[in-house]
Amino acid sequence: MDLLNNLLLGLQTSASLANLFYCFVGVFLGTAIGVLPGLGPTATIAMLLPVTFVLPPVPALIMLAGIYYGSQYGGSTTSILVNLPGEAASVVTTLDGYQMAKQGRAGAALAAAAIGSFFAGTVATFLIAGFGPPLAGMALKFGPAEYFSLMVMGLAASIVLAQGSLLHAIGMVVLGLLLGLIGSDVTSGTQRYTFGIFELADGIGFVTVAMGMFGLGEIIRNLENEEERALMIAKITSLWPTKEDWRRMIPSILRGTFIGSLLGILPGSGSILGSFAAYSIEKKVSKNRAQFGKGAIEGVAAPESANNAGAQTSFIPMLTLGIPSNPVSALMVGAMIIHGIQPGPSVITEQPALFWGIVVSMWIGNLMLIILNLPLIGMWVRVVMIPYQYLYPGILVFCGIGVFSLKNAEFDIYLMGLFGALGYLFSKLGCEPAPMLLAFILGPLMEEYLRRAMLLSRGNPWVFVQRPISATLLVLAIVALCSVLIPSFSKTREEAFAEGSG
Amino acid sequence: MVRSAKDFWAGSIYIVFGSSAILIARDYAMGTAVKMGPAYFPTILGGVLVLIGALSILRSFILHGTPIGAFSIKGLLLVSASIFVFGFLVRRVGLAVALPLLILTSAYASLKFRWGPTLVMAAALTIFCVLVFVKGLGIPLPVIGPWLGG
Repeated sequence: MDLLNNLLLGLQTSASLANLFYCFVGVFLGTAIGVLPGLGPTATIAMLLPVTFVLPPVPALIMLAGIYYGSQYGGSTTSILVNLPGEAASVVTTLDGYQMAKQGRAGAALAAAAIGSFFAGTVATFLIAGFGPPLAGMALKFGPAEYFSLMVMGLAASIVLAQGSLLHAIGMVVLGLLLGLIGSDVTSGTQRYTFGIFELADGIGFVTVAMGMFGLGEIIRNLENEEERALMIAKITSLWPTKEDWRRMIPSILRGTFIGSLLGILPGSGSILGSFAAYSIEKKVSKNRAQFGKGAIEGVAAPESANNAGAQTSFIPMLTLGIPSNPVSALMVGAMIIHGIQPGPSVITEQPALFWGIVVSMWIGNLMLIILNLPLIGMWVRVVMIPYQYLYPGILVFCGIGVFSLKNAEFDIYLMGLFGALGYLFSKLGCEPAPMLLAFILGPLMEEYLRRAMLLSRGNPWVFVQRPISATLLVLAIVALCSVLIPSFSKTREEAFAEGSG
Repeated sequence: MVRSAKDFWAGSIYIVFGSSAILIARDYAMGTAVKMGPAYFPTILGGVLVLIGALSILRSFILHGTPIGAFSIKGLLLVSASIFVFGFLVRRVGLAVALPLLILTSAYASLKFRWGPTLVMAAALTIFCVLVFVKGLGIPLPVIGPWLGG
């Protein structure tokens, strides 16, 4: 009954009054930014990271995790009620959710999203609890060659899952790896690419890059088209779904949860791909496929379950291997390091209260979301009405002060401005910033593991294919990259993304 | 003829970054495959990046791409400038001046900018930040900086 004992320990940790409070703050903030278009979880977590330094590590990480899955939840509310996805992962929910709302069934759509999310969150919590320890146990046997190959596979997956051209995704990954090397070289102490700038000796902080590329870059992008948003808010009548609704949404929720959990574990994707994939699959297998786009409850239940499941399972690689799988978990890895916890497979055994506390807090957070948010819908609708021209200067203020407070250095403010402009430029050229940020964080780690692996093998590069786990990981990376070249897969990949932007 | 401007410019950026990485790394020790020096990994990465850049430029002559689209020049300049100015001024004149300036400059980038509500917001947000960040969290930023005699 190890699992039960562990979950009990997690419950003890996460149910303390202080931790419940920070969990609530996290999901509340998360819902708010999920509701607000133009403010995503990456930028928000980057902004709030300095605030969490004053907290002990457990509540800090509970709060940060809450922001992420809370944002997935908030995005659905506005997608359904005002046809405005607050979050990228909720884009597909607008297709059927808003149609349902227009037909006077907003309540049923909101309930389907809420129930689906809660169910998916519960399943994902148990997945983390079940798969976390064995995965971490396996990872304890990893040598440098395995870690290097694991990172290669992670980056390959993030390339495949990035939007747009494969070539540019690879380019951004390599560029990210290079930028990550700026600063003192760990082994020789050589100052690399610092141009004699004292502030660069420690390297560029990933929070600075994240705030610049995701916070500032996004603001500049949003200023491109500021068309008047005519908001038509649907009325909510009854929240409870009918018997017919239940019968139709249960299989969709199950499928959505499965797809979302699976895709969430893959590096680089998190929740976005899950919701798109779940919607496309639902459209193919559902008996009511003719109704899709015209208000099918399946089209709300499946993607909303998938994005919540994915948001949570994306923590598995971070919590068990210490390897971030998306920008949000990368920020959380950073938070752990700042709190003096070395992320990796040993976290589960050395900090059991931290690991199990976070896992159980996710389930509690999901419960809070469903209890708190249905009655608060009226308030969230008013939040979405805040005009963007008053929102973004505020975001800039929090980014500016937040990035300064990391090292108390003005230099980081300049760097953030630079990365904001760079992020905007890259997005104009069709290059996604997400794989770059992931590579930026992995860059120094990859170099370190490459060095160690080569030292151990006396310079024999074949070590990566001679060790079975390492070889398997590399084969997976190659399969992932090649799969994009198969016409039918690349068509599905484009369709999944087109569905989102269309 | 460049058929895809996006591919062409992105490729050029990769080549600039990749080749500068290689050139600068020439000052660092290369080492061997067994004992990699600080130049080893960046040189490989730089080479790969140059290769990707070259492929991208090559592709821009062959495949048609979507146009880059209009730049939000006003947004880009005002948002970046407001951040740089904030960074320069924040310790010198203090938050009481640097924050309203950041808010007003960046807000001016919006087509829907109006003085009245923006001024109110700037005042409210400045007071909020001073209370939360300086008084509450103890971030070492002056409210009134040395340039203003603070």
